Amino acid sequence: MHEWSLLDAARKVRGKDISSRELTRALLDRIERANPKINAYITVLHEKAMKDALACDEASARGQATGPLHGVPVGLKDIFCTRGIRTTCGSRILHDFLPPYDATVAEKIAASGAVLLGKQNMDEFAMGSSTETSHFGPARNPWATDRIPGGSSGGTAAAVAAGLCFAGVGTDTGGSIRQPASVCGVVGIKPTYGRVSRYGMIAFASSLDQGGPVARSVPDAAAVLAVIAGHDRRDSTSVDLPVPDYVAATGKDARGLKIGLPREYFEGEGLDPEVKAAVGKALAALVAQGAEAVEISLPHTSFALSAYYIIAPAEASSNLARYDGVRYGYRAKDAGGLIEMMSKTRAEGFGAEVKRRIMIGTYALSAGYYEAYYGKAQKVRTLIRRDFESAFAKADVILTPTTPTPAFRLGEKTEDPLRMYLSDIFTIPCNLAGIPGISVPCGMSPEGLPIGAQLLGNHFREEILLTAAAAIERAIPLPRVAPVEGT
Amino acid sequence: MAITREEVLHVARLARLSLSEAEVGRLRDQLDDILDYIRQLEALDTRDVIPTSHAVEMGTPFRDDAVRPFGDKEAILSNAPDRIGDFFRVPRIIED
Repeated sequence: MHEWSLLDAARKVRGKDISSRELTRALLDRIERANPKINAYITVLHEKAMKDALACDEASARGQATGPLHGVPVGLKDIFCTRGIRTTCGSRILHDFLPPYDATVAEKIAASGAVLLGKQNMDEFAMGSSTETSHFGPARNPWATDRIPGGSSGGTAAAVAAGLCFAGVGTDTGGSIRQPASVCGVVGIKPTYGRVSRYGMIAFASSLDQGGPVARSVPDAAAVLAVIAGHDRRDSTSVDLPVPDYVAATGKDARGLKIGLPREYFEGEGLDPEVKAAVGKALAALVAQGAEAVEISLPHTSFALSAYYIIAPAEASSNLARYDGVRYGYRAKDAGGLIEMMSKTRAEGFGAEVKRRIMIGTYALSAGYYEAYYGKAQKVRTLIRRDFESAFAKADVILTPTTPTPAFRLGEKTEDPLRMYLSDIFTIPCNLAGIPGISVPCGMSPEGLPIGAQLLGNHFREEILLTAAAAIERAIPLPRVAPVEGT
Repeated sequence: MAITREEVLHVARLARLSLSEAEVGRLRDQLDDILDYIRQLEALDTRDVIPTSHAVEMGTPFRDDAVRPFGDKEAILSNAPDRIGDFFRVPRIIED
């Protein structure tokens, strides 16, 4: 039953064809067998999940099953604070942190009736594209366990692809939902900035971070987005707009949609020909259903990565100043004074990638450099936003590859940070512009590695993305559950 | 414009990171590489461009300045690496 869709599982629990306990037990058993191979979960909530499933079944018996995901087991990236449940953010510095409150996303997932199976592996503080920077060891791609599952929400994408949950929620600062979804062959949505509350979501780069769903089909992802979207008074950047019927949008006709093809995304030398061909098939599928292709240009694309690697580390260096060993988390032993304690705590508590980004960010914000780096990057951000504004005057959605290549091997890029950063080249501009994006599977490489297509839309136009992505999904049937060896 | 060892140490002090000798050398090389890549932005003329700090334009949201009690003080304090009663304990701040 692990291969059922989220919406089917929800229907079956609602119709009492199966109990939440049976469903939860089956997934916990599968986690037991498969997690040692792919390390998708940092924390598995064996007892709590079964207790919650029992409560769901009791509510069903009383006729009180009200939430749309009642009794269905799901997972959360370990970046969302969960009250009384260890929340590590993939870091040693938070290895024993027990949040005193729930993130809004965690609260909404609970209110939907879903059962939380556990907290999923991630790059430390969401900084990475491979889940190799996790303090708890790398997660692995369930389609080929010598390959990365992408990052930073790699544990979530791997768990969804391996059938270790029916859906999960990740976060995306520069591609951290879409890139892992793409290389694991599942669907991932980065909503418009402000669509999903960031309250209780551990901050990386506050002007870019956004939570969003990972699931095995477009309608499943839409159902999770409908649960987590909406205004929250506790996040002043969350936007007060009504939440549309996202699931209904996945059933709409793609006829007449104008699909923009940005030449800058297809002409770069790093683009794998197999990826290019698979995205071409996604386009053909849309055109066959009555959509129209239009050529567009996003002329500042090649500057996005540079602007991102100033803005994100600058904001991170400021956000991560709070980890000082005083109020929670790891504290270094045997330090003489307060400053020494803090400097040692941070040296021992943070991994190499997090230190590197704190250093870049602190440098970019330090006296004499602010204008040249952060100020300049914010102006370039305006140019990138304007590129998209002009593009959306001609096109309803933009179609691109999600990643330049399928999943690379573990260890392949860990020694060269800049090469690792370049693997996010197609996903970063979307975050800088604050627009929504989705990655949907569109093919398999000859080696059996998933390939994803990315669709980008204008602010708060998630529905059009869902319509177009569902049209691709219907036309290109692909396996969605990875057969993890030996399970 | 190569970054110097002294600059790395200065930035590490600002960021409260005590780095090993090996880390200082490695970070110097890596920051050099990354900053070199980032400097391609200098090629863009941005004189008349207004900076973007927030990608989705909206006004400043207001709310009542009202106290909302949290309640579970112990859940907060129990995370402390070291405490005395309701206080966080830290190493000596002022030397004798």
